[in-house]
Amino acid sequence: MHTKTIAELARGLRSGEFSSVELTRNFLDRITQYQNLNAFITVTADQALAQAEAADKKLAAGSTGLMTGIPIAQKDIFCTDGVKTSCGSKMLDNFIAPYDATVVTKFNDAGAVMLGKLNMDEFAMGSSNETSFYGPVLNPWDTNAVPGGSSGGSAAAVAARLVPGVTGTDTGGSIRQPAALCGITGLKPTYGRVSRYGMIAYASSLDQGGPMTRTAEDAAILLQTMAGFDEKDSTSVDKPVPDYLASIAQKLDGLTIGLPKEFFGEGLDAGIAAIIESAVDEYRRLGATVKEVSMPNLKYAIPAYYIIAPAECSANLSRFDGVRFGYRCENPADLTDLYTRSRGEGFGKEVKRRILIGTYALSAGYYDAYYLKAQKVRRLISEDFKKALSDVDVIMGPVTPSTAFGLGEKTGDPIQMYLSDIYTIAINLAGLPAISIPAGFLNAMPVGLQIIGQYFAEDRLLNVAHQYQQVTDWHQRSPKGFE
Amino acid sequence: MDNQKWEVVIGLEIHTQLATQSKIFSGASTAYGAEPNIQACAVDLGLPGVLPVLNEEAVRMAVKFGLAIEAEIAPYSVFARKNYFYPDLPKGYQISQFELPIVGKGYLDIEVDGVKKRIGVTRAHLEEDAGKSLHEDFHGLTGIDLNRAGTPLLEIVSEPDMRSAKEAVAYMRQLHELVRYLEICDGNMQEGSFRCDANVSVRPKGQKEFGTRAEIKNINSFKFVEKAINHEIERQVDLIDAGGRVVQETRLYDANKDETRSMRSKEEANDYRYFPDPDLLPVFISEALKAQIKATLPELPGAKKQRFIEQYGQDDESATTLTSSRELADFYEQVVQLSAGEAKLATNWMTGDVLGALNKAGLDISHCPVSPERLSGLIKRIADNTISGKIAKQVFDKLWNGTATADEIIEQEGLVQITDMGAIEAIIDTIIANNQGQVEQFRSGKDKVFGFFVGQVMKETQGKANPAEVNKMLMAKLKG
Repeated sequence: MHTKTIAELARGLRSGEFSSVELTRNFLDRITQYQNLNAFITVTADQALAQAEAADKKLAAGSTGLMTGIPIAQKDIFCTDGVKTSCGSKMLDNFIAPYDATVVTKFNDAGAVMLGKLNMDEFAMGSSNETSFYGPVLNPWDTNAVPGGSSGGSAAAVAARLVPGVTGTDTGGSIRQPAALCGITGLKPTYGRVSRYGMIAYASSLDQGGPMTRTAEDAAILLQTMAGFDEKDSTSVDKPVPDYLASIAQKLDGLTIGLPKEFFGEGLDAGIAAIIESAVDEYRRLGATVKEVSMPNLKYAIPAYYIIAPAECSANLSRFDGVRFGYRCENPADLTDLYTRSRGEGFGKEVKRRILIGTYALSAGYYDAYYLKAQKVRRLISEDFKKALSDVDVIMGPVTPSTAFGLGEKTGDPIQMYLSDIYTIAINLAGLPAISIPAGFLNAMPVGLQIIGQYFAEDRLLNVAHQYQQVTDWHQRSPKGFE
Repeated sequence: MDNQKWEVVIGLEIHTQLATQSKIFSGASTAYGAEPNIQACAVDLGLPGVLPVLNEEAVRMAVKFGLAIEAEIAPYSVFARKNYFYPDLPKGYQISQFELPIVGKGYLDIEVDGVKKRIGVTRAHLEEDAGKSLHEDFHGLTGIDLNRAGTPLLEIVSEPDMRSAKEAVAYMRQLHELVRYLEICDGNMQEGSFRCDANVSVRPKGQKEFGTRAEIKNINSFKFVEKAINHEIERQVDLIDAGGRVVQETRLYDANKDETRSMRSKEEANDYRYFPDPDLLPVFISEALKAQIKATLPELPGAKKQRFIEQYGQDDESATTLTSSRELADFYEQVVQLSAGEAKLATNWMTGDVLGALNKAGLDISHCPVSPERLSGLIKRIADNTISGKIAKQVFDKLWNGTATADEIIEQEGLVQITDMGAIEAIIDTIIANNQGQVEQFRSGKDKVFGFFVGQVMKETQGKANPAEVNKMLMAKLKG
């Protein structure tokens, strides 16, 4: 059962090949079997089985929803009523959310079965899942390598077939980068397409939830459930959600692909460049034409991001003060002691680093030079994309400059770690949708292809990704030991 | 203080709590007085993952205020995060407006001792209130009540245009009256719906530059504003006279001791690190929305006062009094209408007996035990001479203390004015006959004795005789 895609599982549930309870048991068993990967922070077995039983009743009554009875898991950044929601932090190790995130409600309403909560970098700050309070997640393709981050638990769980589809969140590449490093499909939707309500904020103007699955078709099914306007999120966009499966089988004749020359310069592993080029060749065979495009401001994306995201996070994380919820230090002497020790002991190193950077960037006398300047750069980058996308339908390029690096390899050097998001960050600054799909292997480790589209063109991205997956089998490969 | 030597400069920041049903960024109720932390939802508590959603009613109220002071309404305004840590500030930042407030420059006209003056309003911006820290009853610990957290506030910032505590109070009163007229704030100062911070400085007369200012926080009554400012002026002048310097700082007024004391200096002031709140979209106010809100503006106090003078023939003082609140003005106009246009009588009764009785009882007009219907019933009987003004006061007492109408009281108590002149003449004749001594005195030139006769007639008629008619007839008879 675990080798099937969500589309196949949905058919199997309907044909009576297996029940949701059987499916759920099967995946729960695998989660236990492969717990060494450390992909889950919390497994909600009892709740999952109860949801599966309810789903079986709905299926028996003729439910038509594709998600009914399908096991999923939530990144531990989404609040789940009555279930620990840690955000990968000691700060929230004792936090039982009293409400459901909108995304969680939508999956519940669709009849999905939640198996548990997935490991992640602390407060989604990290590119390797090594900043998690719960320890690193291992990459199923090489357990000495990182799975990427911050949605590292999500990517590893899908790659290891512990769950057929999961949620992730992407602030600077946190869906696409781990998807690429674990050989799965991950979609970061347009900013505003998926509600952020109940999704613990890292950088509010960049955060976006999205699906992580094995195939583009499954990503379409999950996005169908997740997307849509939410009156509880003022930044969600009130725009109809298209039927993502309806256009997925469209042929690609006439598709124009843009390749930004800045994506193929210094720093990109030659092996990865070759894989991206052969993927583009595959698209040529599918009827696409290819153009070079230029985005001169791309080189400023990382510095701009590391001002804007920390600035927003420095305020977003102020609520973790030891007063109302979360970690509180022992025997505080006074208010200042309560604040400094609760936050000092509750937050990890990377989170503190970003809070400090952000606080500094917003301080009187520095605001104009850092925050305002970064916002200007952000607009220039958006303009670059707008210009490029006026010439082409989609932009393609690598997701990461290298394949999954070794555990501990970059933890001592934050700058090197930040550079692993060099191809993904600009897309968040522009608010565009982008998908990462498996495109080959380098030294037995997966490589991802990134496809970037127009605002709200998730349907087009899924279509372009799906067509590639019809003629390639990279996405079907399974890591050894997890078949 | 030597008024010849020093000039005082005052600017006020007034926080008005907007009278919306729910909070500015959540659906929780804003009602005052609930058990602690009952009216605080997930958003107000700042739980992980929650997001603010702007209450449109708060925006409409802010625009309404802006239009009423003829201010520029920003077509585009932005919410910003004001960052500081405090236990009753759940998110560690307050959502406010900084660079782009919703209401720009406007003005308010005040009057002090008959002198009119225009006070500039620099800006007014929307923000959320914090919760309350409770330091008593927790054995050395602090209790937090977040019911107030997220209550919408409109912070109205004046120009430093006021030159005395009296002007500051006049401005504050004018603003207080206006926000209640607009029905955007209940004006309840005890409950903190209308709070004032004052920026005070002094400078030698003729000097152009402002002196160093001190900010006095949270002065919550008209009386305290005047006292606190005057105290602060004195402190600053004394300090300078003694060769010292005023330092920029925040001071707290202690009403019990009638003094201000330092809270924190400029050096200790927070760097609030304002930046646009990425959770909220900019607020766009279209011309159409402005026009729509403008159409809902009530007649404003100044215009109403002018109309009362013209339409009801009131003097300046009465018109000022009767337009001091919308409820009072509405009450008055109802009385006039129900009494078929007896504007003058209505003015006299309202400014005299009604307000006097309310004052004595410590009530405001909305709790007046005599309704406009019952008061107009009384006024009609005065107007048509059924009762005299003197009897009317008795009837009013009964209206105040009971539920009967004026007609019922007049009927039950037999208070109808005696209009039968024959009956009065008989009474007068008897009195003259029985008091020949006094008649002699009168006729010999002692005019004062006339009052004795009037008193006797009124006693005999139990006050029901028409005084003017009694006077006329008595005079004729006594003169013989």
